[in-house]
Amino acid sequence: MNAPVKFYQTGTFTVGNRLLKPEQRSVQSSEERSNSLNSGHRACQGCGEALGARYAVDAAMRATNNQLIAVNATGCLEVFSTPYPETSWQLPWIHSLFGNAAAVGTGVAAALKIKARKAGQARSDVRVIAQGGDGGTTDIGFGCLSGMFERNDDVLYICYDNEAYMNTGVQRSSATPPAARTATTMAVGEHPGAEFGQGKNLPLIAMAHEIPYVATATVADLRDLEAKVEKAMSIRGARYLHILVPCPLGWGSASHDTIKLARLARETGIFPVFEAEHGEVTSVTKIRHHVPVEDYLKPQKRFAHLFSKAGDAQTLAKIQADADKNIRRFKLLDEEITA
Amino acid sequence: MTMQKPFAITLDPGSSLANKTGTWRTERPIYVDRLPPCNAQCPAGEDIQGWLFHAESGAYEAAWKQLTRDNPFPAIMGRVCYHSCEGACNRAKLDSAVGINSVERFLGDEALKKGWAFEAPTQESGKHVLVVGAGPSGMSAAYQLRRLGHKVTVFEAGPLMGGMMRFGIPKYRLPREVLDAEMQRIQAMGVEVRLNTKVEDLDRTMKEGGFDAAFLAVGAHIAKRAFIPAKDSSHILDAVAVLRSMEGQEQPMLGRRVVVYGGGNTAIDVARTAKRLGATEAIIVYRRTREKMPAHDFEVEEALQEGVMVKWLSTIKSADEGALQIEKMKLDEKGNPQPTGEFETLEADSLVLALGQDVDLSLLNAVQGLEVKDGVVKVDPATMMTGHPGIFAGGDMVPADRNVTVAVGHGKKAARHIDAWLRAASVATEAKHASATFERLNPWYYSDAPKTMRPQLDIARRTSSFDEVQGGLTEDNALFEARRCLSCGNCFECDNCYGVCPDNAVIKLGPGKRFEFNYEYCKGCGVCAAECPCGAIDMVAEQV
Repeated sequence: MNAPVKFYQTGTFTVGNRLLKPEQRSVQSSEERSNSLNSGHRACQGCGEALGARYAVDAAMRATNNQLIAVNATGCLEVFSTPYPETSWQLPWIHSLFGNAAAVGTGVAAALKIKARKAGQARSDVRVIAQGGDGGTTDIGFGCLSGMFERNDDVLYICYDNEAYMNTGVQRSSATPPAARTATTMAVGEHPGAEFGQGKNLPLIAMAHEIPYVATATVADLRDLEAKVEKAMSIRGARYLHILVPCPLGWGSASHDTIKLARLARETGIFPVFEAEHGEVTSVTKIRHHVPVEDYLKPQKRFAHLFSKAGDAQTLAKIQADADKNIRRFKLLDEEITA
Repeated sequence: MTMQKPFAITLDPGSSLANKTGTWRTERPIYVDRLPPCNAQCPAGEDIQGWLFHAESGAYEAAWKQLTRDNPFPAIMGRVCYHSCEGACNRAKLDSAVGINSVERFLGDEALKKGWAFEAPTQESGKHVLVVGAGPSGMSAAYQLRRLGHKVTVFEAGPLMGGMMRFGIPKYRLPREVLDAEMQRIQAMGVEVRLNTKVEDLDRTMKEGGFDAAFLAVGAHIAKRAFIPAKDSSHILDAVAVLRSMEGQEQPMLGRRVVVYGGGNTAIDVARTAKRLGATEAIIVYRRTREKMPAHDFEVEEALQEGVMVKWLSTIKSADEGALQIEKMKLDEKGNPQPTGEFETLEADSLVLALGQDVDLSLLNAVQGLEVKDGVVKVDPATMMTGHPGIFAGGDMVPADRNVTVAVGHGKKAARHIDAWLRAASVATEAKHASATFERLNPWYYSDAPKTMRPQLDIARRTSSFDEVQGGLTEDNALFEARRCLSCGNCFECDNCYGVCPDNAVIKLGPGKRFEFNYEYCKGCGVCAAECPCGAIDMVAEQV
């Protein structure tokens, strides 16, 4: 008896793969994908958020058999997709305020619950996602989001994290990484860029609420992202998905490097990719080819001051130490990093 | 009736499709095809990437058909080709080269097992072409000419088909059942082969047979000699004769200590053959070093593993009964061996000379317009035609590397130009695509995989018999090996461009049809080009 061949050229690294069975292929490889965020939107060239939103919402559409309502916080995603009277969204979509997407999501879910009850059903087949950028999630919408978690409302909240307020002109948010230059953390003075030791780690905060499901993902790993959305939609209650979406405008990177940078964020350990259930980490995506943080930082102009003539070895070492800490904390490498 | 709209709303909701973001673009992506290094390297001009593509999905017959468009001998190739394609393979920069040769052998063996046959031509051209020599080049040409509808008659001086593949390549590298089967498959297309028919005078044969054109592919069967002062009682043979006699009933008498003089693949073949015939010692005497040896390194390595010994930097000065006088050499600054005046004696029951071979060109004596230089016939490298119109030549008898794959390539090329010449047309040649270099790939997307090693017979078994040294791949590992192909420079429909576009500006056309860009919405970000694994997308500046 021959053992089955388990090698598929590009495996699941590429979006599609003709060597896999149709049911093993990604949502995005299908000609039938819902294209929830359609062409003609006004996002910048190479926008990671537009890509991440289509990846995530298309996967949620498939998981719910297209019975899905989206609630959107203010931010790039809202502005570039819905300039009156046009919309790029191909599903029911509502925007209210910057800070209340989680609360509106809660309200929509509650309304669906009552409608289902009145129709004599145990629960609604229509599901709800709420989504926003890092500003609307980690800063402005944080109170509403924490409440949604705490009440375990049946909403999947998706944060598209591009690490600053890009829509209004690249101001720092509590998701901006240390040393990054923004309009409000200029690359001047003794410690140029954003401060070390500030900001929030929202996936860990979400986990502290012990909600059913928390996960992180990037636009560089489509299959992982789709699997997490699908899993999230199989669960009832509050769920949180945090997707790293590089921003060519705010990060000062080439528009074609969007996916590469997301990949490097993971491969350096700067952005750990994992999932957690009820407050406990259940799986991590291991680093495939470990690289130093410089590989990730150098293509981004927001870190250009670290690579000026004088250089800034000290800051680079601190960023590397943070990445190494992630690697140890989430066991991103099979062999231990010795600090 | 107008739609009821909420307060302060005057317009219907519209789709963003009204916003043609393609106008933002300064660069546009375009799909390109590039020439993969394996294809570029193949002396037989095989579309290696093309047949691997079919093999990857397990469509072996389609793969075999694609392969045999260019080379009718995959089972032979899979055993004797020096696979320079693997040396050029981009995958070597990731882990190790794709085992192209082993997949080729698998396909060749699969075809023999399943009895896949070549189709006879649907239309006869009415032209009759003479092929001289039923070796790799002659039979390759015969196959291609027959496919094009020409009547083909092959004149072969020897008693069997195969040429140097039979008389120069030992059985342990090429089993005769395989050779016979691939030769007969060409005969089955309606190619006539006349054995034991030596062409003495080409002009006469052409006239008598009413041939419209000829392809000459006479092998290099005459051994070169070197002057070695020898006593009558010394036992000196030449390599061609030794290998040739292996095909007959009587095996050559070489004795227990066999010395082979030379450094090419033939020297290695003879030494390994001697081992198999029961020699306790087979010693190669070569005047330079291993680095300078023309024989292929893997063959040297296999010979050494089998216990063949080599005396490097040595020449043979004279031969006595049972002993040879050897002079030690040293390399000068230019790397040429120079005598040192140091001598030693080497005991030997026989000495086999493997110093290169010549072609018997006597059949050409009466032919006008041919130019012979350094023992080979001059041809136009673009068409393989000699100085005499309608007479083409290839293989060992023209200036080129001498190996089976080169010979097959000559046969194919000559056949195409013979066909054109017969129709008074010229062969339409498309400009070759630019090279698919490693730098254009995005190797992240390829799964990591080590090369499947061919199971090798253990050394003891190998040296005591003429069984094949290289084992074949099973279907599982052939599939595995094929799937290691990176498809350098040519779209293999991985859907990456379709998936990674933030603007849904890539249209998927369905299996086998690839993709199209929707330039109405493509903003020209270049993510598709950056994330294309195989480098099949270029970004070009828009005309402003």
